Amino acid sequence: MKIIATDRKGVVHAIEGRDGWTVMEILRDAGLPVAAECGGACACATCHVYVRDGWYEKLSPPSDAEVDMLDMALAVEPDSRLSCQIVCADELDGIKVTIAPE
Amino acid sequence: MNDMTAPPAEAGVIETDAIIIGAGPVGLFAVFELGLLDLKCHLVDILDRPGGQCTELYPEKPIYDIPGLPIVTGEELTEKLLAQIKPFKAQYHFGEMASGLEKLADGRWKLSTDAGTELVAPVVVIAAGGGSFVPKRPPVPDIEKFENKGDGVGVHYAVRKMESFRGKNILIAGGGDSALDWTINLAPLAKSLTLVHHRDGFRAAQHSVNQMRELERAGKVKFHVASVKQLHGDNGKLAAATLAGADKKEWTHETDAFLPFFGLTIKLGPIADFGLNLHENLIPVDTAKFESQTPGIFAIGDINSYPGKLKLILSGFHEAALMSQAAFHICKPNEKLRFQYTTSSSSLQKKLGVTA
Repeated sequence: MKIIATDRKGVVHAIEGRDGWTVMEILRDAGLPVAAECGGACACATCHVYVRDGWYEKLSPPSDAEVDMLDMALAVEPDSRLSCQIVCADELDGIKVTIAPE
Repeated sequence: MNDMTAPPAEAGVIETDAIIIGAGPVGLFAVFELGLLDLKCHLVDILDRPGGQCTELYPEKPIYDIPGLPIVTGEELTEKLLAQIKPFKAQYHFGEMASGLEKLADGRWKLSTDAGTELVAPVVVIAAGGGSFVPKRPPVPDIEKFENKGDGVGVHYAVRKMESFRGKNILIAGGGDSALDWTINLAPLAKSLTLVHHRDGFRAAQHSVNQMRELERAGKVKFHVASVKQLHGDNGKLAAATLAGADKKEWTHETDAFLPFFGLTIKLGPIADFGLNLHENLIPVDTAKFESQTPGIFAIGDINSYPGKLKLILSGFHEAALMSQAAFHICKPNEKLRFQYTTSSSSLQKKLGVTA
């Protein structure tokens, strides 16, 4: 599967996802500027992304913990998610994410 | 540096053997390893309590990869480390940011903090993880121009003097405990108080949410599902903010002060200016001593880098043990290091206060 990620400069990257990995791990592995300070524990809101172009609705809804943690994120939009909580899977092939501002 | 040759301390300057920057798990365990070698420590941490990321980010989340502790939370690990290092009576400087590092003529290091503390030691151990925890700054254009403009006006990430906000128009952003607590505490003395959050729901404690809702019903607090898009005012004097609602409609809101509460994030901070040849915000070290390229300055835990580095707490513990051996030779150049085990050494057991 591919993840289409837009960085903070607007540059679009097509990155190969890995089944079972989180989108945060894939973005970080690709060298994109995702701080992910807590390492994927849903505890810091620094892997915040916008899930664009209809992909938000295709994800399973955020857990209460993620909704709570998004309260600590900056510039939250209706399509905001924490990328450490999105797990790569074939049905997400082509998912579009935009890294939120710091 | 032995006591005989140490020059007299300058007024107010604290002398010790090792200055540890960062009181996270690795900085705390360094106190233990240095303590076994009779080296005294002072720790500096920008947070107001020990534990670093363990207590700030995931106090209640279980950690499963600490050897010998099948399951332990960040909070519990910190408590256990504090108990373990208690015999060594380290001194803590909490709520202070390590801001300057200077080499003295006698070869020792002087570390200054933003609170004015000055520490002098032959050894500095940087155990600062990812750097300093600092408040998250919302991505509002030119927000920094409205910061540090005095009590009660402009942008503040913390409330130091509540009284300075009396009679002011206050705008608060956020949905956590800090946002709600300050809404509740400042509403009675503000001229007006407006709270904005991206949703009509809050992660804060339920009783705080109830209190906020009561203040809203009583007309003491205005709440909008909205975000702050822009700040306005001449010469850094905040006068108004542009708010945008969920429907993206924007309006101007007059305010004297803007208080964003989005928790903390990690920024490397002044360590970047310590002259340590950072590589991608990490301090390169050798793996025998965990010393940086600057003699006497060590780096352990998440902040260092070397081939094969893994950012694990257990790696930091190992690094602390090896660093301490090297630190001993710098602090006590004329003494022989006697390597001993806590299990069998009565002198180590005496230091630990556990003599049979």
